[in-house]
Amino acid sequence: MTDRTSARARRRPQRYLPMQILLGFLVIYFLVPFWWVIVNSSKDSPGLFGGDNTLWFTDKVDYFGNLQELFTYGGGIYGRWILNSTLYALAGGIGATILAVMAGYGFAKYRFAARRFSFAIVLGALMVPATALVIPTFIMFSRLGLTNTIWAVILPSLLNPFGVYLMHVYARDAVPDEILDAARVDGAGEVRTFFQIALPLMRPAVVTVLLLSAVASWNNYFLPLAMLSDNRLFPVTVGLGLWQGVASANNAGGTSLWSLIIMGALVSVIPLIIAFFSLQRYWRGGLSVGGLR
Amino acid sequence: MTLLTSKRAPRAQAKTHKIRGKVHLREHLMGWLFVGPFGIVFLAFLIAPLAYALYLSLFKKQLIGGTSFVFLDNYTKAFTDPSFLSGAWFVLRFSLVAIPLQIVIALAMALILDAVTSLFARFSRLMIFLPYAIPTVIGAVMWGFLYSRSFGPLSDVFGLFGAEAPDFLSSNLIFYGLLNITTWQWAGYYMIILYAALQGIEPTLYEAARMDGAGKWQIAVRIKIPLIAPALILILVFSLIGTLQFFNEPQILRYLAAGTIGTDFTPNMYAYQQAFALANFNYGSAISFALGGVVFICVYAFLFITRKRRSFL
Repeated sequence: MTDRTSARARRRPQRYLPMQILLGFLVIYFLVPFWWVIVNSSKDSPGLFGGDNTLWFTDKVDYFGNLQELFTYGGGIYGRWILNSTLYALAGGIGATILAVMAGYGFAKYRFAARRFSFAIVLGALMVPATALVIPTFIMFSRLGLTNTIWAVILPSLLNPFGVYLMHVYARDAVPDEILDAARVDGAGEVRTFFQIALPLMRPAVVTVLLLSAVASWNNYFLPLAMLSDNRLFPVTVGLGLWQGVASANNAGGTSLWSLIIMGALVSVIPLIIAFFSLQRYWRGGLSVGGLR
Repeated sequence: MTLLTSKRAPRAQAKTHKIRGKVHLREHLMGWLFVGPFGIVFLAFLIAPLAYALYLSLFKKQLIGGTSFVFLDNYTKAFTDPSFLSGAWFVLRFSLVAIPLQIVIALAMALILDAVTSLFARFSRLMIFLPYAIPTVIGAVMWGFLYSRSFGPLSDVFGLFGAEAPDFLSSNLIFYGLLNITTWQWAGYYMIILYAALQGIEPTLYEAARMDGAGKWQIAVRIKIPLIAPALILILVFSLIGTLQFFNEPQILRYLAAGTIGTDFTPNMYAYQQAFALANFNYGSAISFALGGVVFICVYAFLFITRKRRSFL
């Protein structure tokens, strides 16, 4: 590791100007939608439909007014959607991560009966598209009376076979058997060994799996769209989709809704962007694992 | 059982043997203890729904006579249903264009970002990755605005050159409209995976190659790309699974592109329509199961073909 860093440091910084210019264009392309949303969430309806430059501000910049309208419209339903999304992302993300960390560690470090067979099935499950499960899960849940409750969204989100695979690879390589054996000889129980020895060593992968599962729950659309009919339980993705449908359906009456949707889109992307940037140094280490073996 | 044998083992045998014998039973127990909770969730929310979908897909609800067992009728119906077939054909065509495009762009960006080590390059890396943090639904909403005739910038930009703006929501161009959205959404994520793999390559390899007279281009093609082949296969599998179950983006754009995107635009949308709009759960399950099966077989075949590349599995 130190070898590699010093070798990298020894190379002088490489700046190819044409490449940097190309990168500049790429950055513009990837940021255009954000820029459009940032600019247009400052406008009121006349400004939005005024036909002026759509990529620049009008004379009237009113973020505060639009924000206030967003959080008061329909009895503050948007705030509820954000809270619901947060709940689903945290409950689904944390739950899925706990299960994946335990299972990945178990698969990597214990030679138990039917281990290879069960792990092969988990790997096979990586290839099952998640949306194929939504309709049968919906019917199962409706028999149990679970549809249109928060559990209908949280429980299926607990399943993350890719997280298990990632934790398995990471635990296999980052947690040496010798350390675990040494802890056992010193009289530490299996559970204590897991929490005090293995878990700290697996931290980068744990953060990565947590982030990936939380993002998957936060982004989920098909599952909550199918499961929920009460709009007070909607996550923000389904809620904004609903508004967009309403606004498109009645073009004339929906004008005020459009500025709400734009502001709503801006507000909804902020939490995950903050999470990604602040946790950068953790997940970058973990992400390289999946691809490298 | 194992515990007993190890206790009866003669003292003369090494102490380690005793420990190993003990550990053996504990390993079974502890292993299943750690894997068990996930196993329960796995059975409840993956195996059970799959089995249930298969079961449901073999029945049919009729107006007269209730639900009856029809064996594979739903599947023969699906594979002769123009709606399902046209959706499947669209998704297939879309995958054949979108997946190579996304991967080539992601690979090019990763190679550039691996070679250029300026502050701006580091900033670009984060900005290119940013769309991954955006829900696909919100991404589609945002691009829907940009495509829109009433408040998108396209007519302004094309107006500068006196040209008429293309309508990416029209039936001629919706393919490219969706292609752009998915590339924007995923290329950065794939780039980060490839970039992480590139960063893991020993720099001494490059020095050896340079000593042998290899140029930058040759190093990229002969050393970097082959060494990150497992990561490339991983993202290929991800994009294959993701694209074949295409749902969110067309479902969102459906409202804006009225008349262009029907309810049978992709197989997944058609399954949703059958199950939730028409309450035709048996047929919806059959489509879901058929789609899942096709995806599984495609990915499995792909991994089998590329197995010599030491893929991630």
